Amino acid sequence: MISQLSWKVGGQQGEGIESTGEIFSIAMNRMGYYLYGYRHFSSRIKGGHTNNKIRVSTKPVQAISDELDILVAFDQETIDVNAPELREGGVVIADAKFNPTLPEGLKPVRLLSVPLTEIAEELGTSLMKNMVSIGATSAILGISVEGYRNIVEDMFLRKGEKVVEKNMEAITRGAEYVNEQIGGQLPDFQLEPADGKKRLFMIGNDAIALGCLSAGVRFMPAYPITPASEIMEYLIKKLPKFNGTVIQTEDEIAAITMAIGGSYGGARTMTASAGPGLSLMMEAIGLAGITETPVVIVDTQRGGPSTGMPTKQEQSDVNAMINGTHGEIPKVVMAPTSVEDCFYDAVEAFNIAEEYQVPVIFITDLALSLGKQTVDPLDHSKIEIRRGKLLAGQELPEKENNEMFNRYEVTEDGVSPRVIPGQKYGLHHVTGVEHDQSGRPSESPTNRIAQMDKRMRKLNNLVNTFPEPVRMSAGSEESDVLMVTINSVGGTVQEAKERLEKDGLKVNHAQIRLLHPFPTEAIKQYVDKAKKVVVVENNATGQITNLIKLNLGCADKLHSVLKYDGNPFLPNEIYTQVKGLN
Amino acid sequence: MATFKEFRNNIKPNWCPGCGDFSVQAAIQRAAANVGLEPENLAVVSGIGCSGRISGYINCYGLHGIHGRSLPIAQGLKMANRELTVIASGGDGDGFAIGMGHTVHAIRRNMDITYIVMDNQIYGLTKGQTSPRSAAGFVTKSTPAGSIENAISPIELALSAGATFVAQSVSSDLKGLTDIIEKGMKHKGFSLINVFSPCVTFNKVNTYDWFKQSIVPVESIEGYDPHDKIKAMSYSMANKGLLTGVVYQNTEQQRYEDLVSGFKEESLVKQDIHIDEETFNKLQAEFA
Repeated sequence: MISQLSWKVGGQQGEGIESTGEIFSIAMNRMGYYLYGYRHFSSRIKGGHTNNKIRVSTKPVQAISDELDILVAFDQETIDVNAPELREGGVVIADAKFNPTLPEGLKPVRLLSVPLTEIAEELGTSLMKNMVSIGATSAILGISVEGYRNIVEDMFLRKGEKVVEKNMEAITRGAEYVNEQIGGQLPDFQLEPADGKKRLFMIGNDAIALGCLSAGVRFMPAYPITPASEIMEYLIKKLPKFNGTVIQTEDEIAAITMAIGGSYGGARTMTASAGPGLSLMMEAIGLAGITETPVVIVDTQRGGPSTGMPTKQEQSDVNAMINGTHGEIPKVVMAPTSVEDCFYDAVEAFNIAEEYQVPVIFITDLALSLGKQTVDPLDHSKIEIRRGKLLAGQELPEKENNEMFNRYEVTEDGVSPRVIPGQKYGLHHVTGVEHDQSGRPSESPTNRIAQMDKRMRKLNNLVNTFPEPVRMSAGSEESDVLMVTINSVGGTVQEAKERLEKDGLKVNHAQIRLLHPFPTEAIKQYVDKAKKVVVVENNATGQITNLIKLNLGCADKLHSVLKYDGNPFLPNEIYTQVKGLN
Repeated sequence: MATFKEFRNNIKPNWCPGCGDFSVQAAIQRAAANVGLEPENLAVVSGIGCSGRISGYINCYGLHGIHGRSLPIAQGLKMANRELTVIASGGDGDGFAIGMGHTVHAIRRNMDITYIVMDNQIYGLTKGQTSPRSAAGFVTKSTPAGSIENAISPIELALSAGATFVAQSVSSDLKGLTDIIEKGMKHKGFSLINVFSPCVTFNKVNTYDWFKQSIVPVESIEGYDPHDKIKAMSYSMANKGLLTGVVYQNTEQQRYEDLVSGFKEESLVKQDIHIDEETFNKLQAEFA
């Protein structure tokens, strides 16, 4: 019995690789397994090798695995590219159509040539070859084909009973064929039974979009970009049911400025993009800062700079998100660590934006935004909408002689009352020009200092109120190695940590969830009591390492493990490099 | 009912004496009163440049944003709070140079916004450089040998982008300008009002006198029909883009807000944004 399994399907882009992975993984998720799925894809629509790697486990997993147990190949290229990942004793299920062969130099693996296309064509269409391959997989795992029935019904019932039965037949035929070949189940592929509990299976972008909707977003202006588009696509589907809408804007500058206009109008607004879009938005983020207009901006990091590698994993926007925009503004940069975080943190991002009246940048990375994870059911009671000092639907005190509402009143915490336009005694003007308490342009030195100080002190207390600014996985404060990560890398480091611990090292892991303002105090004692601090990040210059250095100054024991080839870390890569330091 | 005086505040504009923008400000204040608005029902969003200051000189809600972006800000405001009357405004640099992309898309979107361009054919606040509205050959600090680029015609641009209301006016004609802004505010859709608003300091060519001699009011053209788009285009071309008055209006086209599925007449900001547990559980069940 094995507790986890790694399965991959590959072929040409546009050939149904994604849907094959979807059907397999949703079925496994419904049986109660924990899953993690990661798609390797290119910036093109048809053609080019693509694959979908799915990990199935009886306990939570948040990373791809080093090795592969089963490879489903729709073409020879898939075998050539991916077979080296197979473990000893692994299986390749390949379409007999292309006369599959194994490349030389592999560990001993088993090649099962299955007439995937032929069986599918006998049943009516070659499109069903993915169903046949799923059947073939279930024979190896010893899973009943009936386990797929509810997902097949969800997908095809609207096309009629007959289509459902055809697809079920395709799965059955695939299973039967492989059963004959292997003569019963392969013992080292028998998965421990799952707990059968109902859980969700979603990508980070799904969770962010649902979080935004739950937080009360009813208007989203956005421009399509990889890997952020799923957020707008979800809201395009859902918002009309909640009287809201998405506008696909002419560019990202329009997206952010529309969001700012909507927020000035009193709505909770956001936009989502990736590096190129964020670069375009920087001036407007400064406008949100000086006009104290709440807005949430999602940055789904991908390979940069410029167009870079649009479909690849990277974490190279950290510096730009913290320091971007000219001048100085109070700004919050959040970095969720899991799909579940993406949901709850997205809700919280709007509360922070409104309570502090600041732009909030919500950073993810491609592997988190598009990686698919099993998530425990989300808790409605944890959704809280806090709008801070917004005077909504309240009677404002009467004003005389066209006196303006003091939108930028200097207060102790720096946050001033805000009104929704349309209210009789709330008239005010906001401007990106330095202004006085009433919003009137002013360049007086005393006023400049008063307003600048007021704005900048708004975030003084944020590190103390932010939910888990650093998520610590630590037995005690002392450690041989303190590993530091953001976003998706945390899941992989968690596995490397377990391996290092087996070797007898004392390892702590800090996942930084608030990048700016930096939560120095939350991590300091762990840094102080660590022999080594190793930052694991997907970029070439060690941006998070530098952030640690800047805020904690522990340069003598600070190390970086960097990867910037476009692919996520594998647990073993991290394990080996950290091991090499000790 | 508010009078135009209630749309005044006590801030003294920093425009040069004689600047055309004073009339635009007065015309907006008069038009707002004439259409029956209270100050709290009006929001003016402006761009950057001399003209961009206008939002701060009118007693209403206002947002003075960044260069070239008054239109997307105004559209966001309208979507959130559609019961407000929203005016976007700025100069010719704002609308036809840095913000040109937004201008074309705002026109084709056709939200119920009035866009007033204060067109002085020059960059005033940066002290006299060429603008996309400067005529070829126009000598400025940035075109010492005369501009070698052609000028944009706002009317022809707007018509080809699918505008539903296109008008032009001159700031020396306060009454006519007020009337046009009123019509623009009443128009159910996007209205582009390009106002020749002379820069008395840096533009010594396109002066009040020059406009007086050059403009062609559509009222002076016999049988002019503002609903005939093709004729509007040809008259504009024939008159070097110097037509004034309501050049074109399409009252049939629905507004963006009316075409958005599920969008209500009531402003978004007045609606409850909480999602109940049952609805939420249905939403998350889609991911199971």
